[in-house]
Amino acid sequence: MLAVIHTLQEFMTRTKGIVYLLILAYLIGFPLWWRFLNRNNKDD
Amino acid sequence: MSTDTGTVTTPEAAPLPADGGSGTPPRRGILTPFNVIAGLIILLGAWLTWQRFTGGLGAISHLSNNQPWGVWIGFDLLTGVALAAGGYTTAAAVYLFGQKQYHAAVRPAVLTGFLGYALVVFALLYDVGRPLRLPYPFVISPGVTSVMFEVGACVALYLTVLFLEFSPAPLEWLGWTRLRNFMIKLTIPLTIFGVVLSTLHQSSLGAMFLITPAKLHPLWYSNYLPVFFFVSSIAAGMAMVIFEGTLSHSIFRRQVDPAHEEEHHAVIFGFAKATSLVLMGYFGIKVVGVAVSNNWHLLGTRYGLWFLLEMLGFVALPAFLFGVGVREKKLGLIRFTALLTVLGIVLNRLNVAIICFNYRLPAAQRYVPSWKEIGLSVFIVTVGLVAFRFIVTRMPILHDDPAYKDAH
Repeated sequence: MLAVIHTLQEFMTRTKGIVYLLILAYLIGFPLWWRFLNRNNKDD
Repeated sequence: MSTDTGTVTTPEAAPLPADGGSGTPPRRGILTPFNVIAGLIILLGAWLTWQRFTGGLGAISHLSNNQPWGVWIGFDLLTGVALAAGGYTTAAAVYLFGQKQYHAAVRPAVLTGFLGYALVVFALLYDVGRPLRLPYPFVISPGVTSVMFEVGACVALYLTVLFLEFSPAPLEWLGWTRLRNFMIKLTIPLTIFGVVLSTLHQSSLGAMFLITPAKLHPLWYSNYLPVFFFVSSIAAGMAMVIFEGTLSHSIFRRQVDPAHEEEHHAVIFGFAKATSLVLMGYFGIKVVGVAVSNNWHLLGTRYGLWFLLEMLGFVALPAFLFGVGVREKKLGLIRFTALLTVLGIVLNRLNVAIICFNYRLPAAQRYVPSWKEIGLSVFIVTVGLVAFRFIVTRMPILHDDPAYKDAH
């Protein structure tokens, strides 16, 4: 993350790569959070 | 201002408190603590108003060419508009998405939104150099390529929409049935129009800061500022509905009928769940904002720690606490979290407009609001509270007017 970036190519590759990983994490995390929020309602 | 002695115009319009009383608050005289404090603040505000309009902006503010937007824009306008977003979110949930179980929250939310926007325009009269020229962009010289024109046009139109959305309540109070029935028929178009206008100007308020990439700290500056402002306004609006509803049901208990009291809990749990999801989404896109600009290295600086406090303490933590509150059915936790969320929105807007703006300037040249500016903001909020109390103690906001009970 803190590595020196020399070119726009490197910048875009690095930042886009991190964003894709973050989006992947959200795609997994959001359904889990949704289940966390709604599980109690089913128990009722 | 003795609104505690306020009476409803018709016996039918009286609320239905749980104790079976008439709903008319007991006469407590005019010198209640609220009246005295509000009266003193309004007197102070009148004096500051006199100073502002006779001595100019410099007489009461520390605004400068470096910082032409101060606390009146950062707090009264940006925060006011965000916190007034409960009007469109609640109306959209009930009338567009069919969540009828939240119907009890619509009128208080629309009233809060209407007063919020009215006070935004009121505050703007103090902030702009020549307030009498406020209508100029609409009738003399429209700057249609300016984001600020779009904000101004949307706020003016949306204030009108909110007034029309709110109008059935005063019309029921006045007994103007035919006009009230006509306004009720406009509910759906007005709601759609309100959502469109809010989407436009909530995001455009963020877009106004796109012109300041060298002035706003990189952790707050982003090409996604319009998205940040819009998404956070949804969370702010819903948290404000919970917060305002909690206060209203406590302070104006006698105005609340049993049906509204029953629905209130559904509103709190439903809105808490939705706010939790929106805050999680907001947290996600804020992290993406840091990632696309590759600003990770700034997180270790002083501003970075401040950013982390805002993100973790006032976004991630409320999202988590709302979730726990919903799961565990803890009303107190949800109410506290709503306050936390509201404070988080205030902090975010102040960060963007004031605290992290002009961050490169030497400390001596940085903007610090004068006590008179803050006093005027307190005066404006107080005017809103007095208006809110005047309306809620007289009109069918927290209860249904029995004459129109089946019409909802």
